[in-house]
Amino acid sequence: MSDADRMPVAGDATEPMSAGWRRDLRRLFGSGAFVVGASVVLFWVGCAIFGRSLVPYDPFADDLMNSLMPPSGAHWFGTDQLGRDVFSRVIVGARDILTVAPLATLLSTILGTALGLTMGYFGGLIDEVLSRLVDAVLALPTVIVALLALTAVGTSTVTVLLVIAFTFAPIIARTVRAAVLSERNLDYVAAAELRRDSRLYILFVEILPNVIPPILVESTVRLGYAIFTVATLSFIGFGIQPPSPDWGLSISSNYGLIGGGFWWTVLFDSGAIASLVIGINLMADGIESALND
Amino acid sequence: MVKRILLALVTLWLLSMLVFAGGRMLPGNVGRAMLGPFADQAAVDVLNREMGTDRPVLVQYGEWISGFVTGDLGNSYAYRAPVAPFLGTALANSAKLSLVAFLMVVPLGIFGGVVAALNRGRAADRIISVTGLSATVVPEFVSGIVLILVFGVWLRWFPISATWPDGAGILTQIYYLILPSIPLVLILFGYIARMARAGMIEALDAEYTRTAILKGLPFPQVIWRHVLRNALLPTISVIATQTVYLIGGLVVIEILFHYQGIGSLIYTAANKKDFPMLQAGVMAVGALFAFATLIADLLYARLNPRIRFGGSE
Repeated sequence: MSDADRMPVAGDATEPMSAGWRRDLRRLFGSGAFVVGASVVLFWVGCAIFGRSLVPYDPFADDLMNSLMPPSGAHWFGTDQLGRDVFSRVIVGARDILTVAPLATLLSTILGTALGLTMGYFGGLIDEVLSRLVDAVLALPTVIVALLALTAVGTSTVTVLLVIAFTFAPIIARTVRAAVLSERNLDYVAAAELRRDSRLYILFVEILPNVIPPILVESTVRLGYAIFTVATLSFIGFGIQPPSPDWGLSISSNYGLIGGGFWWTVLFDSGAIASLVIGINLMADGIESALND
Repeated sequence: MVKRILLALVTLWLLSMLVFAGGRMLPGNVGRAMLGPFADQAAVDVLNREMGTDRPVLVQYGEWISGFVTGDLGNSYAYRAPVAPFLGTALANSAKLSLVAFLMVVPLGIFGGVVAALNRGRAADRIISVTGLSATVVPEFVSGIVLILVFGVWLRWFPISATWPDGAGILTQIYYLILPSIPLVLILFGYIARMARAGMIEALDAEYTRTAILKGLPFPQVIWRHVLRNALLPTISVIATQTVYLIGGLVVIEILFHYQGIGSLIYTAANKKDFPMLQAGVMAVGALFAFATLIADLLYARLNPRIRFGGSE
């Protein structure tokens, strides 16, 4: 599994913190994969923030006289069933997914880190009980947990966000727990315990900074999967709702037409999703190798 | 061994509570959820009484879970008929689709991992790793759409629906399932190749491999007899645990290719707020995962003489 085999990395104790960070950054930007990935992601973030004011057409404006037009000089990516400009919709479509997925990832990172620190540091019964709960959650694919939750409480963006946060938190917790276990018996923790520092202080001030690298890698990987999940849920109608120009949603409302050859209504959105998730994944890969070598 | 089975049962029991809570406690009123906000209150009450959803939650859970272990999965709200036959057909269909996907991806993934490991650090390694990693994160419906466009609509090599004509033979069925299984292959290839690569590298660096080479065995024989056997152990457990991710992907693939499997069963049940069907489907997925993990552990122990369950535990 992708998470279990990732080894935790401790900061190199012999050099000062800032020099270590500078070296890691240099390595990061020397990695071709990271630079390519980061550029693609940056492009879509730019579209999400400024897209609305840059696109040639209003992405929500119907033009039924010009529906399903193939790509041309006037409409670079053609138009959809309602005559809306596909190019403008693809650019502006970055917005919702790039709001929901990063927020969900942030929330799951905070939750998962707190949970993982607790499990790794206290061990024993607490660890055992929490581990079983984590196993139970991980026994189901996120999409199915989401279907269950969204059926129960109704479809909304907030539910999507919470479902992703709660299903990803255990995965991050497992990574953090493994990293904490390797820190737990080091001298600085023993010293802090001898000083009778409070447990909260030991957990968050002493141990946390040393387990940041694996958390960083894991949450970048999770961000990719959050986008994967939001796009998938939108595609099956349980995610972002109309009239948003969201990519997954657009594909969902147009894929019935591809038998008729209207490829432009789905292909550009597909490319957008693929490029964004691959970009984030290349970034995660770059961060991991910069921190590990 | 007994401990492993007990742990799997505890996980399933916790899962059953989560599933039940998700399916029944949150909406408050099942009848209202099914009939909608404008339905007559009397009609809602009658429906709740008919389905037994007006009783205390704990009673309902007890009845549901005891029915579950004795094989009575309850009645579907939407079809007013027992859930079990629907679930059986759906699982059989999904098993066919997954089987075709596994038959393609397992040899492919292992081959990719072995090639990458033998070319460690060179271009071939990098290409296989990055391609595998990238394919793993692209949602199934995205690759599915592109495949349908290219091979179904433009080249017309494959049908764009996975539902074969009635009475089709096994070869025709496989033919209909090839296109839908490729997105699943793309998702799994990266994982399997990565585990196979890691296992290979570990085995290649091991002392016994050094010994085998130094005693003059031909290199292919070293790879075949010494390296591969040891390298594939971790890969087997990955393949088994990946089944759960495969099932997640099935939801989307089965919708996209109009195929009646467990994924589309769960999806349809969710859309119709058919909780007994939804719960049975989700529990089946959880049970499959627990079972697959258990099998993975057993296989691992069977193939690795250094692990024996029972003896030392």
